[in-house]
Amino acid sequence: MCLGIPGQISTITNAACYLAKVNIGGVLREVNITCIAEEGTELQDLVGAWVLVHVGFALSRIDEDEAQRTLQILAELGELQVELDAIQALGVSA
Amino acid sequence: MKFVDEFRDSEKALILRQAIHHIAQILEPCLQRPWQIMEFCGGHTHTIFRYGIEQMLPDCIELVHGPGCPVCVLPMGRVDDCVAIAENPQVIFTTFGDAMRVPGSQKSLLQARAEGADIRMVYSPMDALALAKKHPEREVVFFALGFETTMPSTALTVLQAEREGIKNFSLFCNHITTAPTIKAVLDEPDLMLDGFLAPGHVAMVIGLEPFQFIVRDYHKPLTITGFEPLDILQALWMLLQQFAENRCGVENQYARVVQTQGNTTALKAIHQVFATRDFFELRGLGSIDQAGVGMRPEYAFFDAEQKFKVKNLTMTDPQDCQCGAVVKGLIKPWECQIFGKRCTPENPMGALMVSSEGACAAYYNHGYGRDAA
Repeated sequence: MCLGIPGQISTITNAACYLAKVNIGGVLREVNITCIAEEGTELQDLVGAWVLVHVGFALSRIDEDEAQRTLQILAELGELQVELDAIQALGVSA
Repeated sequence: MKFVDEFRDSEKALILRQAIHHIAQILEPCLQRPWQIMEFCGGHTHTIFRYGIEQMLPDCIELVHGPGCPVCVLPMGRVDDCVAIAENPQVIFTTFGDAMRVPGSQKSLLQARAEGADIRMVYSPMDALALAKKHPEREVVFFALGFETTMPSTALTVLQAEREGIKNFSLFCNHITTAPTIKAVLDEPDLMLDGFLAPGHVAMVIGLEPFQFIVRDYHKPLTITGFEPLDILQALWMLLQQFAENRCGVENQYARVVQTQGNTTALKAIHQVFATRDFFELRGLGSIDQAGVGMRPEYAFFDAEQKFKVKNLTMTDPQDCQCGAVVKGLIKPWECQIFGKRCTPENPMGALMVSSEGACAAYYNHGYGRDAA
């Protein structure tokens, strides 16, 4: 019950009750989007947004840029390690 | 699945493993014992076992599996109250499936259902509200449990019931709060923890500020952590860097989901419906100041505790259970005298054997320590 599952908002089904259909791994489920609706913004603008769904409620938008940044850090760490290994290997053979 | 698969990439996991081993070489001579890191949340424990993360770590890093599994720390007396409510013929008792097998002093909800009580598993509290609308002649009770992660969903469901004027719906509120529970762990005199992987989905709701006391008052660094294997490995790497550089801060590995201020709409709903209790009992840890929330008087109408006048008795765990020592990192699960003998996932005696997210059940299900037991 504490697990969150990523899904993408497909349609707004009931704006008054903050309900939307969310595509979760290919399955459409009705989800309450009260917690990710922002004042002064149309709910319709949330269509296409990625959200984290907990027990039928979207509790967070998933920030695609931040996700990429995390993966980028790991990619760079990998490159750094390759270089460090190369330096070490050279050091041993020299 | 997007945002899942890329955080399970084995190539990147190996990169992080190497980075962790690299820092560990610096850290190893610093202490006479292994560096102890607690992952507080049962969800993290689950990922750690599922992906064999402990086996990837150097010997000088030890993970302590904390008490953050709401099903595990549910006291037996509260399960008894659930059963008493559910056995009322007027009641449809609804619950997350996780809670069905938690033992009470007499029986679990699963056993009560087998004996005829109308107990139904639901995916969401909104499903329970839908049942109330469908059966106006019955009383529908939802068993609300969980840390702050599940509080917004139950609070918003109560607000929805109020808006729709639904009279036959109530919550049996057993929500618990993270910071007081972590504080109870930190106040243990024998504690040796050096830092925390903090629960990302709790932080998603409450933000970073409520975790600051761990750094400020107890001088333990922490990383707010996501739930995929790369999240856990990266958070460990970040925490080890704090150790190595002698820093102590609240760092956020899970920035794609967690914002510094948390979710303000969710917090507003929580504060509207719930108020902190003076104390709440957690299985394996005992009574903890301010560790739970109950319904505010304005929402007493939706409070099953008042509608059904529950007994709320304290039932003590079996004396030979050592769950408390396990969650504090003092002993490993298999060092408990009843682990794998009288206490198994099929017939749990102690809190940590109850859910697959509990430390003892995780060890048992993955075959660790069974030989010793």
